Amino acid sequence: MSVDSSGCAAPDQAAPMPASVDVEKETVITGVVKGSGGPVAGAYVRLLDATGEFTAEVVTSPAGGFRFFAAPGTWTLRALSREGNGDATVAANRGINEVALTVGS
Amino acid sequence: MSRDTVLVSASWAEENIGAASVVFVEVDEDASAYDGGHIEGAVKIDWKKDLQDPIRRDFVSKAQFEALLSARGIGNDDTVVLYGGNNNWFAAYAYWYFSLYGHRDVRLLDGGRKKWELDNRPLSKDAVSRPATSYSAQDQDLSIRAFRDQVVAAIGTQNLVDVRSPDEYAGRLLAPAHLPQEQAQRPGHIPTALSVPWSKAANEDGTFKSDDDLRALYAEAGLEDGKATIAYCRIGERSSHTWFVLQELLGHTDVRNYDGSWTEYGSLVGVPVAIGDEPGQA
Repeated sequence: MSVDSSGCAAPDQAAPMPASVDVEKETVITGVVKGSGGPVAGAYVRLLDATGEFTAEVVTSPAGGFRFFAAPGTWTLRALSREGNGDATVAANRGINEVALTVGS
Repeated sequence: MSRDTVLVSASWAEENIGAASVVFVEVDEDASAYDGGHIEGAVKIDWKKDLQDPIRRDFVSKAQFEALLSARGIGNDDTVVLYGGNNNWFAAYAYWYFSLYGHRDVRLLDGGRKKWELDNRPLSKDAVSRPATSYSAQDQDLSIRAFRDQVVAAIGTQNLVDVRSPDEYAGRLLAPAHLPQEQAQRPGHIPTALSVPWSKAANEDGTFKSDDDLRALYAEAGLEDGKATIAYCRIGERSSHTWFVLQELLGHTDVRNYDGSWTEYGSLVGVPVAIGDEPGQA
């Protein structure tokens, strides 16, 4: 594979998991941002490491979905949106880790 | 350089939509973001299709850059205001790229697309076309671009700044965490490089921190005055953000962006690599 081709481009958050991604090896942190009226599209979700430092950021899909590829350990998710902000923590293991993330004012 | 000549606020931008000789240019990681809504009148530049050579790993030539800007309707005397998603990573990359080819008046929109959206400012889906120009670029200003041999020579002698996340620096992650982690290159960082993540220079809404905060950040990290500096990340876009901070906001001289960055360095045969949270020895 070409290491350049994907760049740092954030993959489409609504897309199904690419076939090339081995979920046995990856630590996937995924979920849906919800506000008072249901899923929030276009929210900014940041992944912070165990020291609170920024690691990555994605914009949620039309269905409010987000997905990160991290490593096993403790992570914080922080969502920013026009409806308000919200946080959640997750102790992630290898495989798929689902997280609920709610925003409000 | 100072903030007044290199950075514009969202409110300034909104007031200057449609102003003569101001051209807004959106540059995104996700090239489809523009199509879903952009600042009215803004043109799009695709950082990959428009700014990279399609075959080998390098930039487009001066003639290709001239053709690109001419087709987008950007003139030599226009004020170019760049903005984009991902906290302006690719807009900062384009800023550095426009500087490389000598555009005189180029600025970043503070906070980029994120602040614009969170502020609820208007976005347009209207197609944009500007009359073509006859743009004339300069030869690349190689005083702001670092190549691999210069980077190896800088180990232990110049300021090297690794602006990736701490986990990438240490070798625990191989890419920013919105990307799959299987990558060809070795994990780790260039020995003696300081870890100053780009994100420490920005607020949560994507705007830059104050000059005082920025000065304190790099002083505390151990950046030495009077030494040349090379910034790098994975592919050179986050390090463009830091290059902008050091050279354009803080006025440091002799600051280079290593656009090969970790995808090149981490694949080189025989170069030293450090693992873990400490800079390591030369």
